[in-house]
Amino acid sequence: MGYVPPRFAVRPSLDDGARHRVIVVGGGLVGLTVALDLAQRGIGVVVLDEDDTVSDGSRAICFAKRTLEIFDRLGLGQRMLEKGVQWNTGRVFNGSREVWHFDLLPEPGHAFPAFVNLQQYYAEQWLAEACAASGLVDLRWKHKVVAVEHSDAGVALRVATPFGEIGLTADWLLACDGARSFIRESLGLPFIGQVFRDRFLIADVVMQAAFPPERWFWFDPPFHPGQSVLLHRQPDDVWRIDFQLGWDADPELEKQPDRVRARVRAMLDAMVGPDTAFALEWVSVYTFRCRRLARFRHGRILFLGDAAHQVSPFGARGGNGGVQDADNLAWKLAAHLHGTAPEALLDSYDAERIPAADENILHSTRATDFITPKSPAARAYRDAALRLAAAHEFARGFVNSGRLSRPCVLAGSKLSTPQGGHVLPPGAPMPGAPVPDAPVLRDGVPTWLLSCLGTGFTVLYFGPPEAAPAGALVVSPIAAPGVLWDRDGLAASRCGAESGHVVLIRPDQHVAAHFPAHDPHALESARRRALAS
Amino acid sequence: MSGLDDPDAVFAALVAAHADLDDASSRRLDAMLVLLLAHEVGDTARVMAAIAEARRLN
Repeated sequence: MGYVPPRFAVRPSLDDGARHRVIVVGGGLVGLTVALDLAQRGIGVVVLDEDDTVSDGSRAICFAKRTLEIFDRLGLGQRMLEKGVQWNTGRVFNGSREVWHFDLLPEPGHAFPAFVNLQQYYAEQWLAEACAASGLVDLRWKHKVVAVEHSDAGVALRVATPFGEIGLTADWLLACDGARSFIRESLGLPFIGQVFRDRFLIADVVMQAAFPPERWFWFDPPFHPGQSVLLHRQPDDVWRIDFQLGWDADPELEKQPDRVRARVRAMLDAMVGPDTAFALEWVSVYTFRCRRLARFRHGRILFLGDAAHQVSPFGARGGNGGVQDADNLAWKLAAHLHGTAPEALLDSYDAERIPAADENILHSTRATDFITPKSPAARAYRDAALRLAAAHEFARGFVNSGRLSRPCVLAGSKLSTPQGGHVLPPGAPMPGAPVPDAPVLRDGVPTWLLSCLGTGFTVLYFGPPEAAPAGALVVSPIAAPGVLWDRDGLAASRCGAESGHVVLIRPDQHVAAHFPAHDPHALESARRRALAS
Repeated sequence: MSGLDDPDAVFAALVAAHADLDDASSRRLDAMLVLLLAHEVGDTARVMAAIAEARRLN
């Protein structure tokens, strides 16, 4: 059974001239995520989307561990885990030979795998359902923003609806309207970066095939010589195949079903034999770019996701980066609207997410340069690395088929309390980094450290409960009522915490401060710093 | 100062390794050599310095 996209109810329009605290433009993956996060923090949100359904095709497809943890905080983690295809292993082939394979999560004791493959439309549908159920998100489908005017007092919008054009004003506008952002273009904001002179064909193919749930990447395979191919498994027997075509390919010609079928047929004949039947679900030809806005905050307008930054698909950094934007902004905007943080906290969205975008752009650019060499020298180095990698382990580090999305550690953020003289062990999260997950037991019930963190700030105390400060969540080496029993010691070791340590955690589950001992004044000062107060 | 006791032999071997290779193969061979030797050096700063020096003199 194929996926049947929902048609969301189009309701009579909002009052003409009404003012709203928060308007989200774009009801896609990122817009719906930030709307749901705000709603769960008690903030009412209006979402405007020009369509009345979810996106077509698999699109973002690879949801990284950190993104799954964010969706779990929003109540959708288990659903994604159950429906999605979980994977940790990637294989790289040169020609028909496997060069090497890697395991992105080689240790047990994690709630979520390195990645879950899931068509973006499922995530969008579930987010829209959760938004509607929250009672605080007003979803307005078939509402297309046609004009935007920005002042210190607010953001005025003209919105075309099936019931006529209306005017709305927002205290805060969250632009989540994608790579071709109307808001960004209306404001004339430069979107600067690099266009890659290459074309890729993406096909979602329905078939029953025995490939394992792994990421397979071929350089120069016999069934598609001279180019690269990427294969991912998705739920519902849908397979995502990306064929590199080269710059000279004609996008219209390459989208023709017969031509796509011939490419898929050649691949299946080579890999599994001529008996495997298949059907095309979605086909697209794209050229990609790596670029971003100079700033993501423009007064009362904040840009998230592809509207703010764009990357190539190799590394799964587009959708994951966008969800992490939402995760970073929602608690800050909620804190400001609740009156517990100054407007300056919103500037930290820029300060934290621009380096994150740059990191994503850097990795995605390097992967693209490796996959599509721009000069004979680049080509020679790439082929040299591939040949060496088959024989020498050291050379595998040079092979880049996409450096897969990792959570951003927000190094140097002004919201973080500097570690000072207290040195954390290698691998432990420095202030700014997300808290690593670990299995714990609460009153005898197995659960996860991240599931036990509050929606606001959490003070985590490591050690026996009798020494814990009031109000702290206790991670204890011994079982006791109400504590998180760290039976296997993984919570403490992954956090780099010894007995007596106190870790202040932000509402987005990133570490704000890590103290070797409890000090109420230092803790309060760290909390104020994390709120830019 | 070079630590190689027979630079003539090394030079001759590098040139000889390219015998009968077309341009693309020759280039790839050099690239493999560079990557192997970078690994042998095992120090990012020294490799970067060598790249900068070669670029300066080229």
